Amino acid sequence: MDEHLPGKVQQWEEKTKKSLAKNPERKPKFKNASQLTVERVYTPLDVASDYTVNIGLPGEYPFTRGVQPTMYRGRFWTMRQYAGMASAEESNARYRYLLEQGQTGLSVAFDLPTQIGYDSDHILAAGEVGKVGVAIDSLADMELLFKDIPLEKVSTSMTINAPAAVLLAMYIAVAEKQGASMEKLSGTIQNDILKEYVARGTYIFPPAPSMRLITDIFAFCAQHVPEWNTISISGYHIREAGSTAVQEVAFTLSDGIAYVEAAIKVGLNVDDFAPRLSFFFNSHVDFFEEVAKFRAARRLWAKIMKERFAAKNPKSMMLRFHTQTGGSTLTAQQPDNNVVRVTLQALAAVLGGTQSLHTNSRDEALALPTEDSVRIALRTQQIIAYESGVADTVDPLAGSYYLEKMTDDIESAAFALIQKVDALGGAVAAIEKGFMQREIQDAAYDWQMQVESKDRVVVGVNQFCIKEPSPRGLLRVDASVGENQKQKLQQLRSSRDNEAVKQALLHLEACARGAANCMPAILDAVRVYATLGEICDTLRKVFGEYHADNVL
Amino acid sequence: MAEEKRTRVLVAKPGLDGHDRGAKVVARALRDAGMEVIYTGLRQTPEQIVEAALQEDVDVIGLSCLSGAHNHLFPQVVALLKKHQAEDILVVGGGVIPDEDIPFLKEHGVKEIFTPGTGTNVLVDFIKKHVAHR
Amino acid sequence: MLPIDRLRERFLSGETRALAQSISLVEDSAREAARFMRPLGAPMTLPRIVGVTGPPGAGKSTLTARLALALLEKGEKVALLLIDPSSPFSGGAILGDRIRMHDLTGRPDVFIRSLSSRGSLGGLSAAAIRVLRLLEYCDFSTIILETVGTGQAETDVVEAVDTVVVVTVPGLGDDIQAMKAGIMEIADIFVVNKADREGAERTARQIGAMLGLQEGKQRLPVPVVQTVATTGQGISELLQALDRHSADLTISMELKGRREKRWQKEFDAYVTSLLVDDFLAWAQGSNAEVAPHGRHGAADIYGLAEQLVAKYYAERTKRDAEEN
Repeated sequence: MDEHLPGKVQQWEEKTKKSLAKNPERKPKFKNASQLTVERVYTPLDVASDYTVNIGLPGEYPFTRGVQPTMYRGRFWTMRQYAGMASAEESNARYRYLLEQGQTGLSVAFDLPTQIGYDSDHILAAGEVGKVGVAIDSLADMELLFKDIPLEKVSTSMTINAPAAVLLAMYIAVAEKQGASMEKLSGTIQNDILKEYVARGTYIFPPAPSMRLITDIFAFCAQHVPEWNTISISGYHIREAGSTAVQEVAFTLSDGIAYVEAAIKVGLNVDDFAPRLSFFFNSHVDFFEEVAKFRAARRLWAKIMKERFAAKNPKSMMLRFHTQTGGSTLTAQQPDNNVVRVTLQALAAVLGGTQSLHTNSRDEALALPTEDSVRIALRTQQIIAYESGVADTVDPLAGSYYLEKMTDDIESAAFALIQKVDALGGAVAAIEKGFMQREIQDAAYDWQMQVESKDRVVVGVNQFCIKEPSPRGLLRVDASVGENQKQKLQQLRSSRDNEAVKQALLHLEACARGAANCMPAILDAVRVYATLGEICDTLRKVFGEYHADNVL
Repeated sequence: MAEEKRTRVLVAKPGLDGHDRGAKVVARALRDAGMEVIYTGLRQTPEQIVEAALQEDVDVIGLSCLSGAHNHLFPQVVALLKKHQAEDILVVGGGVIPDEDIPFLKEHGVKEIFTPGTGTNVLVDFIKKHVAHR
Repeated sequence: MLPIDRLRERFLSGETRALAQSISLVEDSAREAARFMRPLGAPMTLPRIVGVTGPPGAGKSTLTARLALALLEKGEKVALLLIDPSSPFSGGAILGDRIRMHDLTGRPDVFIRSLSSRGSLGGLSAAAIRVLRLLEYCDFSTIILETVGTGQAETDVVEAVDTVVVVTVPGLGDDIQAMKAGIMEIADIFVVNKADREGAERTARQIGAMLGLQEGKQRLPVPVVQTVATTGQGISELLQALDRHSADLTISMELKGRREKRWQKEFDAYVTSLLVDDFLAWAQGSNAEVAPHGRHGAADIYGLAEQLVAKYYAERTKRDAEEN
C-alpha cells in the first residue's frame, strides 16, 4: 500500500469539507438501513483485513467468499419459490406449473392451522383454512399435494416449525408410497422454533420439549434421511419483524448456537449433524449492506463452529443459506415498483452467494401472488442468472473497499451482540427475558418513525405518490376451502382404521413422556392416517402449550 | 390537580396470525400520543377481545390481521359488542386487507380500515377525531 | 335521571360494563368519584386486598394469575388491578400485564382491569386508590393489586392494601443486599419466584436472615415462600401464607389500623384535591400571576407564592361574605 495514502486521503477530506459549503451533501450524516454510518468514500485504508486470513478463497475457511469453490459456475442457486394455498389439489397444480416454468426446487407454504397443529375443523381454524398456505390435515392431503411429483427427483423445502416432525413424517410416508427410499430424499424443514417465539408466532409447545423434538429430528435424519437439511435457522422473520441487519445476523447465529448446544447435549457429535444445518436470511433494501451481511454471517459462523464447537469437518463450518427478498419492503402503492425492489434484493442475495432464492411477487403486499406475478418473480431470477453475467465469477464484489469494510463492521457488531445474548444465558434465556423481542421492537419503531418523518423515503408511500385505483385481480382464497377440508376430515375419520389410530397415538404419548426418539412413533401414526391435530393434541397433552409473556 | 381523561385503546390480534410488528408499533405510537393502550397479545378469540374491551372500558378496539381471515373475524367482534350493548366502542382494523374487502367490513360495523403504508399519525388523528369524551 | 345516577344503578345491579365504566369515571376525576360514591354509603363487607410488587422480571403477573386461579378454585370472586407505568413524556401507557392472564379468560367470577400509574412514581396514584374504594362496593372476596416494580420502597402500596407480597427471583444476588431497607419493611410475605433456578434456596435464606434482623420491631412474622409461577409450584403455600396473614391481621387488630390509615390517606388526598381545584379555578378566573416568571425572575419565589395565596384567601373571604 502506498505509504503516502493516509496523507493524501486526509488532504482530500479537508478539501472536500471546504467545498461542502457551496456543494452540500443531501444529508448531514449518511446511515444505512441498520443505522451504521456510511462514509463519503472508502479506500484501502478501510480494509483492515488480511486477504488470506479474513477474505480468503471460495470454498475455504472462513468461507467469506462462498461455501463452494465454483459457486454458480457449477450450478445456479436453486430457484425456489415459496408457494401454497387453499387445498392440496390447487397447490399441487401451482407446483407443477412452477416446475414447468423452470423452477428447480419446491417450497411448501402451509396455512396457519397446519402450522400451529390444528385440524381444519378446529374452532380456532375458522376463517384461516387455506389462507396463507395449503391446508394439510393428514397424509391423505399430503398425497394429493405431491401427486405426479417424483419426490426422489425434486428437492422440497417445507416452511413448518412447531409440527415439523409430523410434516416430515408425512413427506417420508408419501415418498414410501411412491417407491422412493428415505436415503434419497432431499429437502429442508424450517424447524426453527426459537425464532417463532421471537418473531413469527406459530409456536405450540414450550421451549424445552420443542428443542427435544428438534434434536429427535436431527438424530433420525442423520441415520435415515442423510440428504435432508434438518433445520433452516432463520433470520428472515427476525428482519421482517423490524430488526437491523446486525440483529438479524446476531440473533440467527445465537439461535444456531443454541441448537448446536442442544444437539451436543443429547450426545450427538457435532460433525454428524452440523453439515446439515442450513440458514435462511432476508434480502432487504440497502444493497451493499445486504451483500456484506451475507459474507459476514458466513465468516462469523465458520469461526463459531471451528473455535467454539471444535468442528473438524469443513462442511460443519459452512453456512449454507436460502434467501427470500424482504416482504415487508414491498408496497401496496404502485405495486409494479415492487418488481424493481425485488430485482435489487435478489441481485444482492446472488452477489452474497446464496444457495437458494425466493423472489417475492409484486402483489404480495396485498395477497398471495397470482400466476402472472409469480412468473415475473421467477423470471427475475432467471434474467439475473442467464443474462446479467454476475453469476459467471465467484464473489465478484470482493475487494470493494466499501464492501469489505462493511463486512468487517457487521461481523464485529454481530459478534458483540452474540456476546450479549451469551451473557444473558444464551438464546433461550434471552428470549425468555424478552431481550431479543425488545431489541427488535425498538428497531421496528425507529424504522417507522424514520418513514413518517420522511428521513427514510419509501417511493410511492411517503414520496412520489400518485392517486391510484384499487388493484384488481388479486388472488382470493375461497371460503369453501374450509368447508371442503371439514368434509374431507369427516370422510377420513369414517374410512380409516380408528383402532389403529388410537393405538398409534397411545404409543406416541408414551414415547413423548419418555426419552425415546419420537420420529418412529410419529411416522407410525401418520401412516395410519392420524390427523395432524390428533398427533399435536397428543403432544400438547404431554408437553403443554407455550404462552407468550413479554410485551413492549 | 386537574385529572385527565385518557383515551383507552385495545390493540388486538384475532385468530392465528403471529405477525405483531404492526400492532406493537401502533401500540407505541398511541402511547406516545398520550393514550392508554391495552395489548392482549396473539391468538385472541373474538370472545376474549370483547371481554377485555368491556372490562377495560376502552373507547376503541384496533384489530390487526395479516392472515386473510379478517372478513371472518372482524365482523364477529362487532357482533359480540352489539350483543353486549357496547356498539359505542369504535372498531378499526389494519393488516393485509385488500381494498375490495373494505366495504364489506364497514357494512359489518368496522369504522375504518388502515391499509399498508398508512402512517401512525393518521391513525392517531382518526381516533382523536372520533372519540368523544363523556 | 342524571347519567351518573343511571350508571350507579347499573353498577349496583352487577353489570360488568357498568363496573368498567364506573372505574373509568372514578379514575378520571376525584370530584366525580365523590359524586358517584357518596350515595353508596359504607360498603357492606370489605374484601381482602393483596398487593403484589417487586422488581421487573420477577414474574409478578404470572404469579398474580396463578394466585387468582387458586382463589377462584376455592370459590372466591376476585378482582385484579394491574398497574403499569405511564410514559413520563406523553402521559400515555402500554398496559400489557393482561397478556399473562390468559388462563382467567371467560370466567364470570373474575374481573381484570389495567391501570396506568398516571405519573405516580411509587406505582399507586390517588386514582388507583379511588378505584380500590369503588371495588369495595362489589362482592369480590379478594382484590389483587399488581404494581410497577421499581425496586424502591413502594410505600404507596403498603398504605393501600392489607397484605403486601414482595416477589423476587434468585440470581438478583447482590441486589438483595442492595435492596433498600424499605422493601424489607413493607413486605408481609416474601416470594422467591422462579425457584427452579439455581440459587433459589440461597436467596430465600438471605432474605430470611435480613428479615431476622427486623425481629422485635413489633411485627407479624414474614414468611418466605418459594414458587414456580409458570407451573403452579408453591402457590398453595402462598395461599396458606395469605390466609394466615389475613387471620393474624384481624386477630392482632392490625387490619383495622391499616384500613384506617388507608382511609386517612384517601381523605387527605381528597381534601387536598378539593382545595387545589378551587384554587386553580380561582387562579384561572383571576388575573393573578400564578408562576414566578418574567420580570421578577426566580428571585422571590417564596414571597410571590405567599402573596398569591394571600390574594386567594382575601378574594375568597370577600366572595363568601358577598354570598352570605
